[in-house]
Amino acid sequence: MEVPILKQGAVLIATFQAALSDADLNQLRMGLVQQVVKFRSRAVIVDVTAMDVMDSFASRTLREIAHMIRLRGAETVIVGIQPEVAFAMVQLGLTLEGVATALDLEEGLAYLNEKFKTAN
Amino acid sequence: MAKRDGTSIPTEPMRTEEPSELLRELVAHLRQNRTQLREEWVVRITETRLLTAMTKEEIFAEATSVYDSYVEALETEAFEALQAYARNLSERIIPRGVETHEVVGIVLLLRDVLARSLFAKYQNDFKKLNRILDAYEPAANRIANTVAVGFVQERERVIRQQQEAIRELSTPVLQVRERLLILPIIGVIDPQRARQLTEQLLRGIRTNRAKVVVIDITGVAAMDLTVANNLVQTVEASRLLGATVIVTGLSPEIAQTLVTIGVDLGKMNTVGDLQGGIEQAERLLGYKVEKLAEPR
Repeated sequence: MEVPILKQGAVLIATFQAALSDADLNQLRMGLVQQVVKFRSRAVIVDVTAMDVMDSFASRTLREIAHMIRLRGAETVIVGIQPEVAFAMVQLGLTLEGVATALDLEEGLAYLNEKFKTAN
Repeated sequence: MAKRDGTSIPTEPMRTEEPSELLRELVAHLRQNRTQLREEWVVRITETRLLTAMTKEEIFAEATSVYDSYVEALETEAFEALQAYARNLSERIIPRGVETHEVVGIVLLLRDVLARSLFAKYQNDFKKLNRILDAYEPAANRIANTVAVGFVQERERVIRQQQEAIRELSTPVLQVRERLLILPIIGVIDPQRARQLTEQLLRGIRTNRAKVVVIDITGVAAMDLTVANNLVQTVEASRLLGATVIVTGLSPEIAQTLVTIGVDLGKMNTVGDLQGGIEQAERLLGYKVEKLAEPR
């Protein structure tokens, strides 16, 4: 399944679809990092609003994506985790530790703006 | 009884009826005298000052349906149907403020009224009266029991429902500033309430787009390990929605519990009291509160 990746200035926005297979997630991991390299992006927003379930593989993949992107000097923000999904995740101990999160796309962009402002 | 050789054997003066025949005779009597017995019963109800929450017309209407169900239960011995009827009746009259003792009282009164009518009818045949009562009493007692149990079950259902409503009411999620929510928790938190709290808070964060939440537990005396873990999970889940949680008002006992379960206090943002928590939240959100003049 193709995950749309949009470019908004120095930020890449990847919108995850509802039913991503493990293979899709693996593909995404490489794909996103390649895009970051290609466009010299400073940040990636991963929008998971459409995901109504987040298992441990998806959660681990997100953390790995964030780590790999950080090695390129870019920031990752996960946005759009639904309340029910968040609840289920913490009960399984999947806390996405070390990865920035925000309520939605708007908040994610605001967070990055703040970060870039103070960085510059 | 005549023998084939013409002589006769003395027989019992009366044939002993089958219990089911007695019951049928009994039921027939109760149906025939329905109007009069029902009236007598309603009079007794009023005399003993039961069902004062209901009007005479209402009592009469309910009495009619109870009488008929009573007689039918005697006839069919279908006590499950009676219990369902009792729960249904309770659902109607409990909101009117009718108490358990009233319901049990009127059923026992009906039992007495019907028993008296049996005494009157069979007063000249003591042995038959006894046999009739043998059939009547166990059934009548079972009816009284069934109705009482049905009523109590309905009351318990209502109580559970009200408890649920109270639980919901007692965990309000309040917005005190843009992007700032307060969740004041008061009373006993059991695992069920804790879970409900978390769900309500997460929904509130999304609806109000909150960036900071202050959870105040000043009003919570104690917390078991399950609930303490739930609190930690609430903090973590809130973060996944982009909100920072500040916990305020931890009592010494709760602080001890949290340390005992090994909560990573680096993960939990805590401040002494609610005022301090709100002040810190405002700072995080970029607010500055300035006093302009002395209050008049």
